[in-house]
Amino acid sequence: MNDESLLSARGLSLHFGAIPALVDVDVDLWPGEVLAIVGESGSGKTTLLNVLSGRMAADAGVVWYRDPAGRLVDVHAMPAPALRTLHRSDWGFVHQNPRDNLRMAVSAGGNVGERLMAQGARHYANIRAEAMRWLEEVEIDADRIDDLPRTFSGGMLQRLQIARTLVTHPRLVFMDEPTGGLDVSVQARLLDLIRSLVARFSIAVVLVTHDIAVARLLAQRIVVMQRGRVVETGLTDQVLDDPQHPYTQLLVSSVLQA
Amino acid sequence: MSARMQGYNFAYLDEQTKRMIRRALLKAVAIPGHQVPFGSREMPLPYGWGTGGIQVTASVLGANDVLKVIDQGADDTTNAVSIRRFFARTAGVATTTHTDAATVIQTRHRIPEKQLREDQIIVYQVPQPEPLFRLEPSRAETRRMHGLSDYGLMHVKLYEDIARFGQVSISYDYPVMVNHRYLMSPSPIPSFDNPKMHMMPALQLFGAGREKRIYAIPPYTDVRSLDFDDHPFRATRAPHACGLCGATDSYLDEVVTDDRGGRLFVCSDTDHCTERRETGCVGAEGVPEAAE
Repeated sequence: MNDESLLSARGLSLHFGAIPALVDVDVDLWPGEVLAIVGESGSGKTTLLNVLSGRMAADAGVVWYRDPAGRLVDVHAMPAPALRTLHRSDWGFVHQNPRDNLRMAVSAGGNVGERLMAQGARHYANIRAEAMRWLEEVEIDADRIDDLPRTFSGGMLQRLQIARTLVTHPRLVFMDEPTGGLDVSVQARLLDLIRSLVARFSIAVVLVTHDIAVARLLAQRIVVMQRGRVVETGLTDQVLDDPQHPYTQLLVSSVLQA
Repeated sequence: MSARMQGYNFAYLDEQTKRMIRRALLKAVAIPGHQVPFGSREMPLPYGWGTGGIQVTASVLGANDVLKVIDQGADDTTNAVSIRRFFARTAGVATTTHTDAATVIQTRHRIPEKQLREDQIIVYQVPQPEPLFRLEPSRAETRRMHGLSDYGLMHVKLYEDIARFGQVSISYDYPVMVNHRYLMSPSPIPSFDNPKMHMMPALQLFGAGREKRIYAIPPYTDVRSLDFDDHPFRATRAPHACGLCGATDSYLDEVVTDDRGGRLFVCSDTDHCTERRETGCVGAEGVPEAAE
């Protein structure tokens, strides 16, 4: 295992009954890097994301995470409180549907502030100032801070979810189809935002997407999955410009040219 | 006191049930603020009228105990009178309205104004033991949150209140942290009473009959109301003096006296008010004791 990697998975396997969701998957992620996991529906992308983030247990294999103190921890052997703390501070999870993550009955400011309060922030004015700063960071008007998320558009909801996730300055963020279900212009703006935030705060990202264009725009490295197996991995441009595996070739050639 | 009723076990419940409840109580005292499940029984009064409190009282009551029952601070309301008479008949114990004289006090929605002592037990009737129930619908999830001491969500509620109203708008059932560990609902007592729970010399027991939960605060336990550093906890109280006894430091009820906007603020703790009037204190609308 490489000494500097932030997250390393070795030999991950998981079967849902007779269906192989993951077959002997190895993944490495370095600090500040964006890694895209692409593949067709049912290829095991989201399962891999859930297993990497400790939300789902694998049948076999191990996931190592290097904590801020430089120690390697086995994500699946961690006690539940430690894993929860990790998810609330050092890690983030951006869902495809922001409604899964946001509290729809709580104002935008409360949504952004929740992670701070879960970490023990107990100063109202500071929490509010930080929430306001992050709303501006994701291009939401500061005077919407007390509005309920249900008054927000789809793109705004997704940006609010990103603000809520990044407020604790995580080192690693898992994103599951962050631009799914948004129209193309909103997608472009969101991708731009994610790209600039990720670069500015040097956040490592594991990004699941079925959209090759999203992967090309955001990711430095790419993992191509098919039926639970990693069929090809490498630098994004290299893999997409010169695909070796037949499935990757199919995937790349099937993108419509506008 | 009337003689004890025949055909019933002492204090209505059978001994095995009391034993089960006492085991839950012991566990609750050992883990202050933690909700312990118990096999709540059908009682001869409807849910919401104090079935939890009455079962806890029945289990801790001994033949020599003196029982006081209050409802919103008053000894003379239907619920208080009924439960007091229930135990007088089924257990034959002495009953009182004086806080001083009681060894067991069952209460709904108040803590007596008078400081309780080490030899007293206060039993609260609890409608909803889960402080997070309005915020998190899943009980499995709230149990996990208690297990991991993960209470950021409760502060989100306080944040929302301050953002919307400029202050925390919870006036009763104000959530507390017990012994720096468990978030606990103090039952629907006014937030005015919250500071009395902190380091109270008496044993505090909480029974929720419908929800089948018991919890407790042992004597001299740290109980803190949740707040923000820059918005500290503030007990609310009507800015008046008691109309009958003139007290300015007790919790007041507002009583509508006519249909022309007339109103009277009186101590909600009737025993406290009576005692003050007996010593000669008279409020603006009160009549001196001697004249009555």
